[in-house]
Amino acid sequence: MKHLILSLALIACSGAALAAETMKMAVTTSFHNSGLADVLLPRIAADLDLEVQLLVVGTGQAIRLGEAGDVDAILVHSRGAEETFVAARNGTHRREIMYNDFVFIGPESDPADIAGAPSATEALQRIAAAEAPFVSRGDDSGTHKKELSLWDDAGQDPATLHDWYKPVGAGMGAALNTAAGMGAYIMSDRASWLNFGNKGDLALLFSGDAVLFNQYAYLPVNPEKHGHVKHDLAMKLEDWLVSDTAKTLIDGYTIDGETLFVFNAKAAD
Amino acid sequence: MVDIWSGLVQAAWLVGTLDAELLEIALRSLKVTLSALVIASLIALPLAALLAVRRFRFRRTVIAVLNALMGLPPVVVGLVVYVLLSRSGPLGVLGLLFTPTAMVIAQVVIIVPLIASIAHQSIRDLWQEYHDLLISMNVTQGQKIRTLLWDSRRALLTAALAGFGRGIGEVGAIMIVGGNIDHATRVLTTAIALETGKGNFALALALGFVLIALAIAVNLAIHALSRTEREGRW
Repeated sequence: MKHLILSLALIACSGAALAAETMKMAVTTSFHNSGLADVLLPRIAADLDLEVQLLVVGTGQAIRLGEAGDVDAILVHSRGAEETFVAARNGTHRREIMYNDFVFIGPESDPADIAGAPSATEALQRIAAAEAPFVSRGDDSGTHKKELSLWDDAGQDPATLHDWYKPVGAGMGAALNTAAGMGAYIMSDRASWLNFGNKGDLALLFSGDAVLFNQYAYLPVNPEKHGHVKHDLAMKLEDWLVSDTAKTLIDGYTIDGETLFVFNAKAAD
Repeated sequence: MVDIWSGLVQAAWLVGTLDAELLEIALRSLKVTLSALVIASLIALPLAALLAVRRFRFRRTVIAVLNALMGLPPVVVGLVVYVLLSRSGPLGVLGLLFTPTAMVIAQVVIIVPLIASIAHQSIRDLWQEYHDLLISMNVTQGQKIRTLLWDSRRALLTAALAGFGRGIGEVGAIMIVGGNIDHATRVLTTAIALETGKGNFALALALGFVLIALAIAVNLAIHALSRTEREGRW
């Protein structure tokens, strides 16, 4: 028994964290799956002596974490939800950082022939007409909200779509796994798709329509509402995210030779 | 099948090269679950003994509820602990959310009913045996509890190991209250969920094999240290 207690004590003492300053930021799964964080975070740690702890969740949950004051800032991509967040004074402001784009993925055989569609809405209409299986995130994330608005543009109501429309209520990776298993169509952000390791016989079928652009914005949590948030650190991080260093890293980030993100933060106004 | 094989190979490689990141998350897994186990045992074992020796009005109800709580869904526990520890929750001032401490709290809640139920079962049987003897010696309640706990230590070890098993393999609760933060609250199970999400099945499986090996190693170590399963000791 004494050995046990001793070894427990040893385990408890080891592995204490070492960092100058830390802050918590909620980010979306699509941002994290892109792998860009692995490039930015070490540089942030070196430049600012700041350890940014990432909570990887859907946009819906990220916004809830910000509202509750459980994180110091959020980096998400759902403009409507972001503006509500700022309007409710949960965040001090909204700063656009960069964008990437969404793509339609589906079985290589492409039964609904979306590869030849002239627009994103037309592609969705073809899927609906063919009643081809379509996997939806169904988790209130930014990607999910975007998908719903596209269905809306296509004149379809996901609530009344039938068997072939499958909301899985999961993150991007899990939803892609489901689509790969069922040979279904799915909308994904380009980064998650390129980094995804279980492609099966899925292929990128449609991309490039301007409505598929996906704007990421940075929102510091309002210190007036939550006195404990590290607002000064959140502002320091924002200054770094809109700096030339960040621009070079973001624009220069590629997977398989493809550029993923376009930096578009405007200089301070 | 290819995935399972490459998972095994990758697991062997990660362990063989003492991969720093693997070591970190494996140690954190152990630290969180062993801390939870110690705290949960300190609560559950005396509780189990008390339930065996004390007669009070709602004793049956308490035991039934305890048994039912063995099946507590971790994700619900996680959610409740999250709401309590959230900055906008009643315990928010402590700032414990997304720390290993929060993960320990959630795991304690999950494994206390399990340990208490299993322990109560064996202590009750022993109590039937000891009842007349202990009553005739006119010992105090505290002495009864201590005697019962000590004499059923082998069964209690099984109860504790069951609790450890449930804790180390649990992902639903610690994902919510820990947040799976790299270098802060990432443990083996949440890392497996993350890699599965990325479609890296081989790496996810490798971590899974490491987790299973770790659980077996801990069980063997505890048996060795407490010298069970040896002749003439019990």
